[in-house]
Amino acid sequence: MSDVAVRAEGLVKRYGKLEALAGIDLEVPRGAVFGLLGPNGAGKTTAVRIFATILKPDAGHATVLGYDVVHQAQAVRRRIGLAGQYAAVDANLTGRENLRMVGILGQLPTPELMPRAAELLARFDLTDAADRPLRTYSGGMRRRLDIAASLVTRPPVLFLDEPTTGLDLTSRNALWETIEQLVQDGTTVLLTTQYLEEADRLAERIVVVDGGKVIANDTPSNLKSQLGSTVVEMHFGAGGGSSRASALLTGKVDGQVERDDGTVRITSNDGARILIDVLRTLDTNAIEPETLAVREPSLDDVFLALTGHRAEADDGSTEERVKSERGGSA
Amino acid sequence: MSAAVTIEHDLADRHIPMARVRDTVAVINRNLLQYLRVPQLLVFSTIQPIIFVLMFRFVFGGSINTGKIPYVDYLMAGIFVQVVVFGSLATAIGLATDLKSGLMERFHALPMWTPAVLVGRTLADLFRNFFVVILMMVVGFLVGWRIHTTLWSLIPGILLVLLFGYAMSWIFATVGLAVKDPETAQAAAFPVLAPLVFASAAFVVVDNMPGWLQPWARNQPVSVTAGAFRALTLGGPTSDLVLKAVVWSVAIIAIFAPIAVRLYRKAV
Repeated sequence: MSDVAVRAEGLVKRYGKLEALAGIDLEVPRGAVFGLLGPNGAGKTTAVRIFATILKPDAGHATVLGYDVVHQAQAVRRRIGLAGQYAAVDANLTGRENLRMVGILGQLPTPELMPRAAELLARFDLTDAADRPLRTYSGGMRRRLDIAASLVTRPPVLFLDEPTTGLDLTSRNALWETIEQLVQDGTTVLLTTQYLEEADRLAERIVVVDGGKVIANDTPSNLKSQLGSTVVEMHFGAGGGSSRASALLTGKVDGQVERDDGTVRITSNDGARILIDVLRTLDTNAIEPETLAVREPSLDDVFLALTGHRAEADDGSTEERVKSERGGSA
Repeated sequence: MSAAVTIEHDLADRHIPMARVRDTVAVINRNLLQYLRVPQLLVFSTIQPIIFVLMFRFVFGGSINTGKIPYVDYLMAGIFVQVVVFGSLATAIGLATDLKSGLMERFHALPMWTPAVLVGRTLADLFRNFFVVILMMVVGFLVGWRIHTTLWSLIPGILLVLLFGYAMSWIFATVGLAVKDPETAQAAAFPVLAPLVFASAAFVVVDNMPGWLQPWARNQPVSVTAGAFRALTLGGPTSDLVLKAVVWSVAIIAIFAPIAVRLYRKAV
C-alpha cells in the first residue's frame, strides 16, 4: 500500500448541465491534514462525497488508501469516517445510542461498542448528555456528536466537510484541537473549509478549488506569501474619497492597492510599515475614511490573488443550484 | 510500515458473524425507539382509525347492508386492513426525513449491508402495524366485533393483514425515496390511498357500486385481503381469497423492493 491516503485523477461530476467537478486532480499524503479550500459551490462537498463513496464520478477515478471508490466501495467504507456540514445523527436517539448504531453499521465487534461509545462521549465532553435524546442537544453538541460518530470505527482516513461552519468560537477552537490530536494519533484528515484561517491553522497542504477546478495546490505559507500577510481596508462615503485615496496610495506604498466602489484595500507583507504610510498619506491630503481596519487575508483575498476575481459565490452557486436541481435535498 | 499496514488491513476487513442480521436489527431498533421517544406519533396514528371505527359502527353502519353478517363484523376486517395501509405512509415519511436530515448520507458511507436501511425500516413498521392491529382488535371487541369461526382463525387472518401492510411499506419506501421530502410524500400518498381503501370492499359491499367499478373493487388487494380475513374469521370459502391476497402482497414486494433498493442506492 502506498503513502497516499486519497488520490483523485481527472474527477468529473455533472448535475445535468452543471459541472460541479470539472476534472480534479489531487493527492493527499498519509498522516496529515489536507485542506480543500473554496467558496460555496466550488465543488468541495461533491469531491468529498465521491471520496466517501456516496456519489459516483462521471469521469476520472479516485482511490482511498489504494482502494477504488467505485469498484471497491465497501473496502473504502471500512477505512473512512465522514462528518458533514449537516450533523447526520438521529435526533430521537441518545448520544450513546447514536454511537452504538454507527458502531454496528461500521462493523465494530459487539464487545467494543459500548466502551468505544463511552470513550468518545468522554473525549467530546458529552458524558453528561450521553443518555439524553439529541433533540435536547445544542448545535455545537450535535456537531461534536457527529464528529464522534465519524470516529467510532477508528478510521485511518477522516473526511470533515466544513466541520466548523456555523459553530461558535469556543466550539470551533475545541474542534481544531481535536483535529490536531487526531492527526498526532496518525489519522489522515481531509478538511473542506471556506475559511483561509482554518486551513492555515490546520492544514499542511491546501488545495484551492473554484468552479470545480483546482486553482492552487500549495503549503499555507507559500499561499500566504503570494498574497501578503496583511490587508488594510478602508471604507469611504459617497464623496469620492475612495478614488482619490487609491490614486494617491498606488505606487506610494509598498503593497497592492485595489479599489471597488467605496472600499480601498491594500495587501502587503509588511503590515506595520504600510499602515504608517497609509495614514501619513491620507493625513497629508486631508482624506478621512469612514472606517479603517487591519486584518489577515481571507479566502476572498486568496481568490483575488489567484484568479483576479472575488469569491462571491453565495447566490446561484453550483452547490445551491445542485441542491435545487435535486429537489431541495441536502 | 508494511507491518502496520497489514494490521490495519486485518482490522478493517474483519468479519462480523451474521453482519446482515446485525445491521438490520440496528436499523429496526433505531426506528422503533423513535416511537418510544415520540409517542405522539403512535397516539395520533391510532386515534384516526378509532374514530373510523366509531363513525362507521354508529353513524354510517345503520345504512350499510351487509346481508346476514352484522355490520360491525364486516367493518372490522376493513379497519384492520385500512390501519396497515395508512400506517405504511410512515415508511415514506421516515425515509424522506432521513434523506433530508443527512442521516442517509452517513449510512451510505458506512460498510453496512446496504438494503438493511430499507429492510430494517419496513420491518420496524411491520412491528408497529402488529401493535396497532392488536389495539384495534381490542377497540373492535368493545364495540361488538366477534369471531364466528374459531379463535385460531385469527392467526392466519392477522398474518395476511400484516403481510399486506408489509407490501404497502415497500410501495411507500419507493414513494419516500422518489419524492425525498416528508411533506410531499404525505401529499402524494392520499390520492393513491383513498381510492385503494374506499373503492374497495373494506367498508361497504361491492354489489352496490357502479358496474364498471365492480371488477376492480372486487379484486384489488384491500378487498381481497379484507375478504380473506372475513372468510377466515366469519366463515365461508377461504382458499380463493387467501390465495389472491397472498399473490397480491408477494407480487407487490417482488416489484417494489428491488425498485426501492435501487432508488436508495442513488438517493443521496
